[in-house]
Amino acid sequence: MAKMNMLQAINNALMLAMAADDKMLIFGEDVGHFGGVFRATSGLQDKFGKDRCFNTPLTEQGIAGFANGLASNGMTPVAEIQFADYIFPAFDQIVNESAKFRYRSGNQFNVAGLTFRTPYGGGIAGGHYHSQSPEAYFTQVAGLKVVVPRNAYQAKGLLLSAIHDPNPVIFFEPKRLYRASVNEVPEDAYELPLGKAEVVREGKDITLLAWGAQVDVIEKAAEMAAEDNIDCEVIDLRTLAPWDVATVATSVRKTGRLLINHEAPLTGGFAGEITATIQQECFLYLESPIARVCGLDTPYPLIHEKEYMPDALKTFEAIKASVNF
Amino acid sequence: MSNTTFTQQVVHRATFLERDSLTIPILKLLQADGTTFENAVLPQIDEALSRKIFDACVFIRTLDERMLAAQRQGRISFYMTCTGEEAAVIGSAAALEAEDVILAQYREHAALRYRGFTTEQFMHQMFSNEKDLGKGRQMPIHYGSKQLHFQTISSPLATQIPQAAGVGYSLKMQGKRNVAICYFGEGAASEGDFHAGMNMASVHKVPVIFFCRNNGYAISTPTAEQYAGNGIASRGLGYGMHTIRVDGNDMLAVLAATQQARAWAIEHSEPVLIEAMTYRLGAHSSSDDPSGYRSKDEEARWQQHDPVKRFKLWLINKGWLSEEDDAALHSRYRQEVLDALKVAEKVPSPKLDEIIEDVYDVPTANLKQQLEDLKTHVAKYPKAYPKSSGRL
Repeated sequence: MAKMNMLQAINNALMLAMAADDKMLIFGEDVGHFGGVFRATSGLQDKFGKDRCFNTPLTEQGIAGFANGLASNGMTPVAEIQFADYIFPAFDQIVNESAKFRYRSGNQFNVAGLTFRTPYGGGIAGGHYHSQSPEAYFTQVAGLKVVVPRNAYQAKGLLLSAIHDPNPVIFFEPKRLYRASVNEVPEDAYELPLGKAEVVREGKDITLLAWGAQVDVIEKAAEMAAEDNIDCEVIDLRTLAPWDVATVATSVRKTGRLLINHEAPLTGGFAGEITATIQQECFLYLESPIARVCGLDTPYPLIHEKEYMPDALKTFEAIKASVNF
Repeated sequence: MSNTTFTQQVVHRATFLERDSLTIPILKLLQADGTTFENAVLPQIDEALSRKIFDACVFIRTLDERMLAAQRQGRISFYMTCTGEEAAVIGSAAALEAEDVILAQYREHAALRYRGFTTEQFMHQMFSNEKDLGKGRQMPIHYGSKQLHFQTISSPLATQIPQAAGVGYSLKMQGKRNVAICYFGEGAASEGDFHAGMNMASVHKVPVIFFCRNNGYAISTPTAEQYAGNGIASRGLGYGMHTIRVDGNDMLAVLAATQQARAWAIEHSEPVLIEAMTYRLGAHSSSDDPSGYRSKDEEARWQQHDPVKRFKLWLINKGWLSEEDDAALHSRYRQEVLDALKVAEKVPSPKLDEIIEDVYDVPTANLKQQLEDLKTHVAKYPKAYPKSSGRL
């Protein structure tokens, strides 16, 4: 065990994965000698050489297309998109190509080894284009897996799973936790399962569900609620596609109430999908409407960032409203 | 690592480069009558290779003619021909080794044939039946063959261009003396992925041949509305790439250029751009009627440059082919195509279970549930779903 922040845990995961697989390549904008604008790939070029860890020209669709080509011919590309806000130029390569490679070819070709890593989320005064949470654009795409860790320990284990998973995975890293989240992290390689949610805190009155940096927020809200004698169960979804319906449904059948929190805007956000599914699975168990505490349906604002964010206080209010319904 | 790749010439008066100061020669080896130009430097080609090339030409002409008719009869849903571009496609494919990876746009099934894709395999794909390697999931002509190193075609244009850069890089990393070849039309070259892929390949020194079929039209859009520069070839130089323009209706010129491109790409680990100037003699697809945007006169003029006819005359001049051989080959393939068509259209569709396979490596719980629900529904209303209800 060693104390690591999330960046160190990610860097450590990449180091271990590259050492174990000589087909693995890391590339993106500024990831080479410089080690990435957040330093997630620090030291990798020195250790594994310029052929295996390198800068690309500044072109997201090129990075994604290049990654598809590498993976289609048996390599293990781990491509970085500098900010999730800039993944949209690569949307076509990811949605029409990566996601459909196996299906459209009748499993003659696939991009099994492909992983995209990208920092996402707000809380860092990033304004419109350094704050977005675009996960819901990808959860609708058949063929993709979407994974979001909540702390350093999770980041290492889930990233190693994502790299080894035989499907294309988008790995969203909550950048406001890059240095803020510090855990005891095993120094050896380990994996955490994809497609499995984790019950972080057990409770009986209401289920709170989030992913990434927002898990910390709902945990804080749960503590506030505990002072009012409301006993919250907290779940980290971890994988959004395919998501763990069973764990969430089991919890809601126990508590009778569900609150979902995400930074992305409310309308069309992934909470909508969870709400519809849980309403169908748990109709006879629900004692109040499923609550969604999300970002506003606006672009991510700069000066009103605090007001925009679905913070612990907004979550606490929604918990009370649900319990008192 | 700074900007030292090219030497700078300094001037002290504002001097603009003339936009038409760049002249790009076009390689021509074979004349209309089947003789070669006096000073032509010919590619490596012998009788066996010539016959193999010609064989693919005749097969594709026959297949295109028959299957376009089959689409008109409503037997398949869609078709696209290669007519007029056989030399560009087959001539380049013939310069490759079997393990070079082909990434195509959609008008390059002749390259797949050259590699050995069987008549039956073409038919099964077009009829989307249970013997289709693609399991009936994509539109007709979206072929692929792992065995023949021909990556499965997808409809979005130019997406294969940066992918080819990645495939080429993987070949280099795997220590193989192979190239990737990437085909695309001049219309697709206007996509952002063209820019992305060309630049990535050049910067990362990837052994890949970018092969542009410049056939004058992207559906109804003539090249004058596609670009204002000197075709596609002029761009290759801007990316720092070895570049050549060839007569795409000249089998020997295409073969010569691609043989040299391949050797260069492997020797120097660098990309090469070939722009083949040709003409799309047929409609864009079975859903298109070119009479709405180009003249019969123009088409007739290009008929005189028929690449297959020109190559045939060369073969006859060499004494490697006779008119009788040609006629016999045509009639053999007409029969073979017709027989395979009749078989393929009676082969059943893939089973309904295939609908959820291969989305992921294994179906998710969600997908399995959706399949069960679907099967229950189809079983309840079998007449509404004739393709699958009999084989649940």
